Amino acid sequence: MQNSELIGEIGLTHYLILSALLFVAGMAGVLLRRNAIVILMSVELMLNAVNLSFVAFSHYLGQMDGQVMVFFVMTIAAAEVSVGLAILVSIFKRYKEINVRFFEHLKG
Amino acid sequence: MSQQTLMAILIFAPLVGFFINGFRYKKHSAEVAGTIATGAAVISFISALLMVIDLIGLPAEERRISVQFFDWITIEKLKVVAGFTIDQISAIMVLVVTGVGSLIHLFSIGYMHHDEGVAKYFAYLNLFLFNMLLLILGDNLLVMFVGWEGVGLCSYLLIGFWFTDKQKATAGMKAFITNRVGDAAFLLGMFVLFLTFGTLNFQEINHLVPLTSELTWLAPITMGTLFLFIGATGKSAQIPLYVWLPDAMAGPTPVSALIHAATMVTAGVYMIVRLNPLFMAAPNTMMIIATIGGLTAVMAASIGLTQWDIKKVLAYSTVSQLGYMFLACGVGAFGAALFHLMTHAFFKALMFLGSGSVIHAMHEEQDIRKMGGLKKYLPHTYLTFLIGWLAIIGVPPFAGFFSKDEILWQAFHSPRGHWVFWAMGALGAVMTAFYMTRLMALTFWGESRFSKKIHPHESPMIMLIPLFVLAILSAIGGWIGIPHVISEILPGQPGNFLETWLEPMIKTVPGTEHAEPSLEWGLMGISVMLAAISAMTAYHFYVKDPSKPKKIAASLGKLYDVVYNKYYVDEGYFCGIINPLVRLSKGIWFYIDVNFIDKTTYVISDLVRGSGLFVRGIQNGNIQQYAMYIGLGVVATMTYVLMR
Amino acid sequence: MILSAVTFLPLIFALALAFWPNERTLRHLALGFAVIEFLASLAMLAQFDSSTAALQMVEKFPWIERFGISYFLGLDGLSLWLVLLTTFIMPIVLLGAWNAIENRVKGFLISVFVLQTAMIGTFLAMDAIFFYLFWELSLVPMYFMIGIWGGQRRIYATVKFFIYTMFGSVLMLIAIIYLMFLTQETLGTMSASILDFYKLKIPFVGGQFFTLQTLLFFAFALAFAIKVPVFPFHTWLPDAHVEAPTPGSVILAGVMLKMGTYGFMRWTIPLFPEASEYWAWLFMTVGVVGIVYGALVAMVQPDIKKLVAYSSVSHMGYILLGLFTFNHFGMSGSLYQMLNHGVSTGALFLLVGMIYERTHSREISKYGGLASVLPLFTIAFFVITLSSIAVPMTNGFIGEFLILLGSFKAEPAFAYVAVTGVILGAVYMLWMFKRVFFGEKGELVKDEHHPLHDLSLRELCVLAPMVLMVFWMGLFPNQFLDLSKASIDHLVNDRTNYQLVIKGQNDLGPETKTAAISTQKTGDAQ
Repeated sequence: MQNSELIGEIGLTHYLILSALLFVAGMAGVLLRRNAIVILMSVELMLNAVNLSFVAFSHYLGQMDGQVMVFFVMTIAAAEVSVGLAILVSIFKRYKEINVRFFEHLKG
Repeated sequence: MSQQTLMAILIFAPLVGFFINGFRYKKHSAEVAGTIATGAAVISFISALLMVIDLIGLPAEERRISVQFFDWITIEKLKVVAGFTIDQISAIMVLVVTGVGSLIHLFSIGYMHHDEGVAKYFAYLNLFLFNMLLLILGDNLLVMFVGWEGVGLCSYLLIGFWFTDKQKATAGMKAFITNRVGDAAFLLGMFVLFLTFGTLNFQEINHLVPLTSELTWLAPITMGTLFLFIGATGKSAQIPLYVWLPDAMAGPTPVSALIHAATMVTAGVYMIVRLNPLFMAAPNTMMIIATIGGLTAVMAASIGLTQWDIKKVLAYSTVSQLGYMFLACGVGAFGAALFHLMTHAFFKALMFLGSGSVIHAMHEEQDIRKMGGLKKYLPHTYLTFLIGWLAIIGVPPFAGFFSKDEILWQAFHSPRGHWVFWAMGALGAVMTAFYMTRLMALTFWGESRFSKKIHPHESPMIMLIPLFVLAILSAIGGWIGIPHVISEILPGQPGNFLETWLEPMIKTVPGTEHAEPSLEWGLMGISVMLAAISAMTAYHFYVKDPSKPKKIAASLGKLYDVVYNKYYVDEGYFCGIINPLVRLSKGIWFYIDVNFIDKTTYVISDLVRGSGLFVRGIQNGNIQQYAMYIGLGVVATMTYVLMR
Repeated sequence: MILSAVTFLPLIFALALAFWPNERTLRHLALGFAVIEFLASLAMLAQFDSSTAALQMVEKFPWIERFGISYFLGLDGLSLWLVLLTTFIMPIVLLGAWNAIENRVKGFLISVFVLQTAMIGTFLAMDAIFFYLFWELSLVPMYFMIGIWGGQRRIYATVKFFIYTMFGSVLMLIAIIYLMFLTQETLGTMSASILDFYKLKIPFVGGQFFTLQTLLFFAFALAFAIKVPVFPFHTWLPDAHVEAPTPGSVILAGVMLKMGTYGFMRWTIPLFPEASEYWAWLFMTVGVVGIVYGALVAMVQPDIKKLVAYSSVSHMGYILLGLFTFNHFGMSGSLYQMLNHGVSTGALFLLVGMIYERTHSREISKYGGLASVLPLFTIAFFVITLSSIAVPMTNGFIGEFLILLGSFKAEPAFAYVAVTGVILGAVYMLWMFKRVFFGEKGELVKDEHHPLHDLSLRELCVLAPMVLMVFWMGLFPNQFLDLSKASIDHLVNDRTNYQLVIKGQNDLGPETKTAAISTQKTGDAQ
């Protein structure tokens, strides 16, 4: 089948490269962006990059473990985002500011 | 009564007196306090007398009563027993101390009558007596040391008795600390002897002394005896530690009589006599002792020539007379030393009490320039003082003549002696005759120089009785030690009682030869003649021609100043030892403690703090940076894992 | 059972005090507890068998078996008197501090009792880790005592105290752990018991510092030296003493410093005999330097309490000197001097505290003429001064005499220097005495609006036992030393092959048997 051939041509490596690219993009966002919401989004991106590689591995190794793990990650990510956003909203309410550079209270 | 009980009474009666008076220290009644204290002293004296009578009953070789109360310290070889011994030597001493002590207690009742702290005073006096008895009767060096330090302590308390006066308190402190210097050496001496002989008991040490004398300096007996002698210089006020004694005159006068003339200051001599076989084995030490003794005798007498304070004159006289005793010890005439110790106790206590009577009469005036002509106001005091004067300048047949002459003769004749020692002694005798006559002249003879407001009055009977008793003793006390050359011409030929009595206890210098009587007579004649001339000169100067001394003093100029200022020894100690020590202490406190050690620890703590500050910089609060550290960490770990 | 009781009763008392509802009766209760504790320790004394050097009344239960750590309490002649000193001083401290501590009384009393457990535990624990536990525990209450109830610079002082002591003890902890591994290597099983430590033969190479025994020796010695404190680690002491409240000073000087010297006696010297002998000159030197240095610095202190603190440095120097003489005189003298110092310096701090309560000043120059105002106080102070400067018939003399004799026997040069301490001691104490008590009335003394009161009945009760002990120990030292004699003989005679056995246990090794026999012999010779 053409479709499957096409798919067959796209091997595990491609998925992993894509996953890595997404992860790096996410990480760059986390490290470089100042906007807290964008940082949160970037974190999501990293998580999803990982998810992608999990699914890919699961498929190619014929094991379900990876897919199970993805569900865990998704749940955790959802929880994390909701808590993170909630914190951000309350911080914003208080300081009118979402630039992370502003929050340096952890400074030793 | 058993000997143990008797000994306990002898020693502890004064202690009981101390406690009774000590607990009623706020009471002001001199009669009650004095009676208690004097009673305690007299009880001691009576029991001492009883014990000495027991002692006389024993055969000459076994004259020793030992009583042991309890084991004090027992560690390995060191076995110190709280034991006490009366033998021929301590018998003399214990009678002198309790006897003279009782008289001085009695005198004090009159003298301290008006003082507020009279109960405290008598308590201290009794405590002193107790400690003195420990010193005398202790049968080993450590028990002696207990008394040794104890009398120093009482001396401290009594010198500083009127402690609100800062100078008196300082004098007390000076006495204690100077004594402590000697005591430290005494301790070292004990260590040397203990490690050499394995015991501190006098009798055992004296038995263990080797027959041959040590000739080197670093040999144990020489070292040990030298240390003990340094201890003695502290207690008995010899060069270089004599400086405390003149200052000690700040105490009440009876204290000066008891502690600083008759008893405590002779402890050093007593200790040496007690250990005479040991000292005999160390000729080098003996030479040092004789030299120091002779020098002290001359130097102190020369200072005595210039002093104006009646008690200071007597104080320097005491130092000088103690020098004689050490001179005697140094030439091996231990019997003569003990003899002079005894006669000196009589006449010097007499003179101090006499001066107390004078001071009492003159309303606390001590400057002899403001006295004079007291003969007619204080006839009894004058009479007794006169006897004391005759005794100290060595007029026969008064006590001082026999003992001093014995010392001079031995200094010349003994194999350990030398004509130089005799010359020192004779020079000292000349000066003694001079300053004592000067003292008599300025105090009792001549015109009165005090203001008309003062009406000197004779002291009450309670003060005079001790004076009379002591005067009698000063007159006849020397008769127990009449030298052979004199006794031969006396009717009945009385023997030298003292020599016979002490014979089993005192070692004679090996190689003593029989001497020509004519030589002894000759030397005796010379010294008496010299003293007489000197006394007459002094009489001439201070009674007949009072302007002469000033002229002579002026012509001597600087020399007179130096002597008058006691050779600047006190100042020297102050500049040379005390000040540098205080400065050094402040220096090490400031530079080592505060600046060096603390600063060093600060440097260490700063180091820790600094590294903390450095690490703290990483923790800058920027979440993104933290995230980067995490990322870098992951990369580093991965690299390590993969590259391995 | 009795040792556990003596050790942990104070902890129970502390708990009881924590839940005691009535603020007013707290002090009475605490005093009662302290007396009970003292009686308990007397019961311990009554059971003590002085004829043997073996550990007595031993209580040993496994605690952390994997590492061979056990709950191990034992008593012998070395620790006996130190425990009694602790329990003796506590009621006196509490009575003496009746008015000195005014706020947070409960907390203070709890600290005191916890401290008591820690100190007694240190003296009784025969397991290294157990010992270390008590050793460190003792820091905590003292830290709070100085830090909460102290003077102006209390925080500085308490941190300095804590860090100084902590620094030494961690080194000791490392050494203990190392020794535990060594027991595993040589004996098969890991053990922290001191009896097993004694069995170790640790190789010693003279002259090389970085060798096993030398390093272990210094790790222990440093911890103890800081606690003692030995010159030049003494600078925490004056600060801690000056800032501590009176009871804190008394406990610190009276008992806590002895933990250091006890450590030398129990741990350092028998565990590392060759190294101790090789380095004895060093410790004798710092001991002698401490004696002279402490005395000189004490002489010029303007503050009475600081003077007493520096005099402690001087006195502790004597103890160190005596320990490293390795002969009967020096060792007995040191043990005795520990007790003397506890009594006389403790009493001195109490006296300084009493006068401080009256005038709120400790500056010597502001005093003068106290003797005519406070005669009873003066008498008490004088007696304690005599003890401190070692006048015969007081306890101090026995200790100093034996130590000096011991050091003269071991190495005369040290005795010649140390004997100057006898003179300097008299100098600084009597000079201070003169300036405070004699002369004209000083500005604090003549203040007519606030006349000073002489000792109250409570204060007399505080001082009377101290004065009594001064003379008792001075006149009858044998009554005290006889009980420690077997242990000290054992330590001196069998120092190079020191073994301890538990009394009543039969499974003696061949070596320990000989040790026990030789002790018996010297015991007979006495």
